[in-house]
Amino acid sequence: MADLPPPVQGPTAKEKKYDRQLRLWGTTGQAALENSHILLINSGPGVVGLETLKNLVLPGIGNFTIQDSAVVSEADLGVNFFLEEEHLGGFRAERTCALLKELNPDVQGNFITEPIEPFLNKPNALDPYTLVIVAAPIQPALLMKLSAHADASLIPIFYVHSVGFYSHFSIHLPPTFPIVDTHPDPETISDLRLLKPWKELLDFATEKTNGLDTMDHEDHGHVPYIALLLHFLEEWKKGHDGQVPQNYKEKTAFRDIVSKAARTNNAEGGEENFDEAVAAVLKSLNPPEPAGSVRDIFKTKECLALSAESASFWVIAHAIRLFYTKYGVLPLPGSVPDMKARSADYIQLQNVYKSKARKDLAEVVESVRFLERSLKRSTPIEEKDVEAFCKNAAHIKLVRGRPFHVVQASESLKWGDRAKSIAQTLAFPDSLIPLYIAFLAWDEYVATHAKDALGGVPKVPGETDVETDTEKVTGVAIKFLNDLVKEAAAHIEEDELYIIKAQTGEFAQELVRAGGAELHNISALTGGLVSQEVIKVITEQYVPVDNTCIFDGVKSRSAVIRV
Amino acid sequence: MAEVASSSVLNVLEGPRAKWKYLDNILGREGPFTDPEWEPGQPVFEGLERAKVLVIGAGGLGCEILKNLALSGFKDIHVIDMDTIDISNLNRQFLFRHADVGKYKAEVAAKFVEKRVKGVKITPYCGRIQDKDDEYYMQFAMIVCGLDSIEARRWINATLVGLVDEENPDSMKPLIDGGTEGFKGQARVIFPTMTSCIECQLDMHAPRAAVPLCTLATIPRQPQHCIEWAHIIAWEEERKDITLDTDDPEHITWLYQKALKRAEEFSIPGVTYSMTQGVVKNIIPAIASTNAIVAASCCNEAFKIATNANPFLGFPETENYMMYTGDESIYTYTFEHQKKPDCPVCNPNALARPLHVDGNSTLQDFLDGLAERPESQLKKPAIRTEAKSLYYQFPPSLEEQTRPNLSKKLNELVESGEEVAITDPAFPLQFKYKLIFK
Ligand SMILES: [Zn+2]
Repeated sequence: MADLPPPVQGPTAKEKKYDRQLRLWGTTGQAALENSHILLINSGPGVVGLETLKNLVLPGIGNFTIQDSAVVSEADLGVNFFLEEEHLGGFRAERTCALLKELNPDVQGNFITEPIEPFLNKPNALDPYTLVIVAAPIQPALLMKLSAHADASLIPIFYVHSVGFYSHFSIHLPPTFPIVDTHPDPETISDLRLLKPWKELLDFATEKTNGLDTMDHEDHGHVPYIALLLHFLEEWKKGHDGQVPQNYKEKTAFRDIVSKAARTNNAEGGEENFDEAVAAVLKSLNPPEPAGSVRDIFKTKECLALSAESASFWVIAHAIRLFYTKYGVLPLPGSVPDMKARSADYIQLQNVYKSKARKDLAEVVESVRFLERSLKRSTPIEEKDVEAFCKNAAHIKLVRGRPFHVVQASESLKWGDRAKSIAQTLAFPDSLIPLYIAFLAWDEYVATHAKDALGGVPKVPGETDVETDTEKVTGVAIKFLNDLVKEAAAHIEEDELYIIKAQTGEFAQELVRAGGAELHNISALTGGLVSQEVIKVITEQYVPVDNTCIFDGVKSRSAVIRV
Repeated sequence: MAEVASSSVLNVLEGPRAKWKYLDNILGREGPFTDPEWEPGQPVFEGLERAKVLVIGAGGLGCEILKNLALSGFKDIHVIDMDTIDISNLNRQFLFRHADVGKYKAEVAAKFVEKRVKGVKITPYCGRIQDKDDEYYMQFAMIVCGLDSIEARRWINATLVGLVDEENPDSMKPLIDGGTEGFKGQARVIFPTMTSCIECQLDMHAPRAAVPLCTLATIPRQPQHCIEWAHIIAWEEERKDITLDTDDPEHITWLYQKALKRAEEFSIPGVTYSMTQGVVKNIIPAIASTNAIVAASCCNEAFKIATNANPFLGFPETENYMMYTGDESIYTYTFEHQKKPDCPVCNPNALARPLHVDGNSTLQDFLDGLAERPESQLKKPAIRTEAKSLYYQFPPSLEEQTRPNLSKKLNELVESGEEVAITDPAFPLQFKYKLIFK
C-alpha cells in the first residue's frame, strides 16, 4: 500500500453531472449556456416549446421564462408531459414551469400568464432575454414585433410549428453570426503542408530517412510516413523539373513509387508506415488552399473595414487575412495525426509542427496588437481567442442571419434574392419546399381568422370544418406557389408544375387534418432539433441551421432551406 | 367517409376521450396518405390501446421512448433494463432525480411515467434481455429498442428473427431501433425475415480499430496510448488481485496517475482525469436533444405501425432507415437498407462468406481479427470445421483440449477453401466462412 499514488482532485459534482455533454462543448460552451435566459412564447397545444425547454433545462441553461396565458384543459393532459391531472384549470405557464424546474435544480424558471399582446406592448418587455422561442400559432402583428426586436437588439428568435405529422422552424440570427469553434470532422482537419514544407520539417524528414535503404527492418518500419512522403517527394522533384506531382495521374504514379519502396521480405510481409504513406498520397498532396467560404469571409466589408467597435472575430479575421495575403497559406493548425512511429520520433515531429504553429500564431497576435493600437481599442483581445482562431482558421463559418417570413393577411409573399434558387429546387423529387409553403398558407389562415373579437387565441385550420379549411389553405398555398414561380421568373414545365401543386395540396390537406393538434412524437422530435440549434447558437459552437428546417413525419425526412 | 369521421370526433370530445382530443383529430380523420381501406375512429383507438409494446433500455433513449409511447395512446408498456442510475445520467435521463441515484432505471422510469400519464400501465423488469424466453417476447405487438450495446441489439434481433413462424402472422414482431452518439444518431424499422435486419446492417457500425498491443507496450505516442497501457498492462501487472471497477474513483485515479507518469517518461502531453475516464469506460458523449430526436422518430414509426394513421418506415421495399447528423446544420438521410443475401441471421440458408486470410497466421490472430471485422464483431468466438473442433471457450475441458490450436498456423488446421462455422455465446446464431488462403 506504500506506493499508492497521492489522491488527485477528482471531478466536481457538476462535472460529473454534465460529463457527457462537456465532452462535446467544453467548459466555455457550458458557461455560455449558464449565462443564457431563454423566453418561450407558448401557444396552441404548447408541447413543442416545452419539449425544447426540457432539452435545455437538462444540460443546464441559466434561466428560462414561459409566457403562456392558457389554462390547463383535459386535452393538455393527453399530449403534454409537464402537466398532471390536479393542474386542470390552473395556468399552463405556472404548472409547466414548476415541473420543468424539477428536472434540474441549477436552473431558474419563471412564468408569465399575461396574454401575449399586452405583454409585448410593455416597454422593454423583451430586454431580459438572450434568446426567444415563439410557438405558432401567433398573430402576424405580434410576430412582426418580435422579428423587429431581433433586428434591433441582435437577439436570436426561433419560430416553431408542430402540426400533426409535420413541423417547421426558422431562426432569425443577427446579420453577422461568425463561428470559430465549428468542430469539423476530425478526418478533415489535418493540414500537413507536405507541398509547402518549411525548413525544420524538411530537416526532420532528411534526418529520419537518412540511409533509408540500408536501415534494418526495425528502423525502416518505424520511419514516420510524413518523413517518407517528403523524402520521396524530393526524389520525385529531381526527375520532374523540381515540380511535385501535379494531377491524379502523377499522384497515382507517385503512390506506386512509395508502395514499391515498402519491404515485404520482413516477418510481417509488409510495413504499416508505408501503408499509411500510400493511403495519404491522394488526401495530403494538395496545395493548402483555404476553402472558398473562408476566402469569402476575408472579402466581407466587416473584415476589410475595421473600427474600434468591430467584434474581436473581425479583428482576428483581418489579421489572418494579412497573414494569408503575405504567405498564401493560413496559419498552421499544428496538429499531427497518429501514425506508426517510435515515440521519440513522433514527439519530435509533433514539436516541429507545434513550433511552426506557435510561430505563425505569434505573427498573427502581433498583427492583432497592431490593429488594436491603430483602432484605439480599449480592451485587448485575449491571446487564447487568437489561438483558437488560428487552429481552426480553415473551418471558420459565417452565417448571415435574416428575418423569416411573416405572413400578413391579404398581402402577397416576397422571396427576394432567394426566389430563384428556391424555385429551382421546387421540382426536385422529395422537395419539402411545398410543405414549407403549406405552413405559410396555414399561417395565412391564422392571420385571417380571429377566434374571438379581442383577437386573443388564434383560430387554426381544421378545428371543426376540415373540408372547407382544406380548400382554403390549399387555395392560399397554390397562390403562394404561383407567386414564387412568378417572382423567380422560373421556367417550370406544365406537367411538373401540376405535380408540385398536387404535392402542395396534399401537404395542406395533411396539415388541416390535424386541426391544430400536436402529436407528442413530432413535438418531441422537433423540440430536440430546436434545442440542439439553440445550444449551437448560445455556445457559438458547431454550425446552426441557416435558416429554416422542415420535418416530414409521414416520410421521416427533413430539409434545410435558406429563405 | 369524411363526414362519418368528423362526427365520430365530435362524439368523443365530451366523453372519456376528451384527454385524447388532439390524438383523435389524427386517428379520427383520413389523410391524403392514409390507405383507402383504412377506417378512422373507434377501431383505431382500440387497436392502439390493445397493442402491448416492449421497450428495451430505460436510459437516455428509453426515458424518452416511455414518455412518447404513453402520450401516443399506448396503454400496456413493458420495459427492460438491468442498469442502476448514475449521476452522469441526470443531464438527459429526465425521469430520474438526484435522490434516485443507485436505484434501478426500469423501476423508477416506469413509476414516474405511470404517475404522470394516468391510465397507462408500465411493467418494469430489472434484468437482462437474455433472461427472457421466446414465450415472453411472443406476447408483444412490437419492440422498441433504445440501447447502447451492439451485443444486446444483435441478440434481440436474432431472437425476433427466430420467433417468426410463417404459419402465424402474429409471430412477426416489428423491431424499431434507435441509437445515438453525440450529435449523430439513427432510427430504423425491421420486420424480421422480411426486411434488412440488425445483422445485415452491422457494417454501418464498424468498431473503432484497436491500438496494437506493441504500440501500447513499447512505442506510445498519444495520451490515449498511455491510458490504455495503464488499463490493460499496468493494472494486470501490479494490481492483479483487485477487480478493476471503472466506477470506483480510486481505481480511475490509480490508472490516471500511472498513465500520467508514463506519458511524462515519453514526453507525451495531454493525459487528464476526464480523458482517463473516457478511454477506460469507453464513454460516448450523449445529450438530451439527440436522444429526443431519435427516440421520437422511433415512436413516431411505432405509432404509425400500430394505427396505420400514415405510412411507416420498414414496409418491404421502401425506406427503413433514417440517419441523423446534427453537428453541421441538420441532415437526415432516409433510405432502404437492403437485406444481405448472406446474412447469417435472416437467411438461414446463407452460403458461407468467402474470407481471404493469410495461411501463415495463427488461429489466435484469426480469432482476434473477428472481433474487429465490421460484419462479425465477435468477442468470444468458438470455431469448428465440418470435421473437427478448432477452438472452444466452453466447457473448460474442451477449452483445454483445443487451446494448443490457437498457436498453430491456419494452414496446419484447415485447407484453403474449407468452411468453418463460428459461434459466440452472446448470439443465438452461427457464422459461416469459407477460408481462402492469400
Ligand atoms: Zn439480416
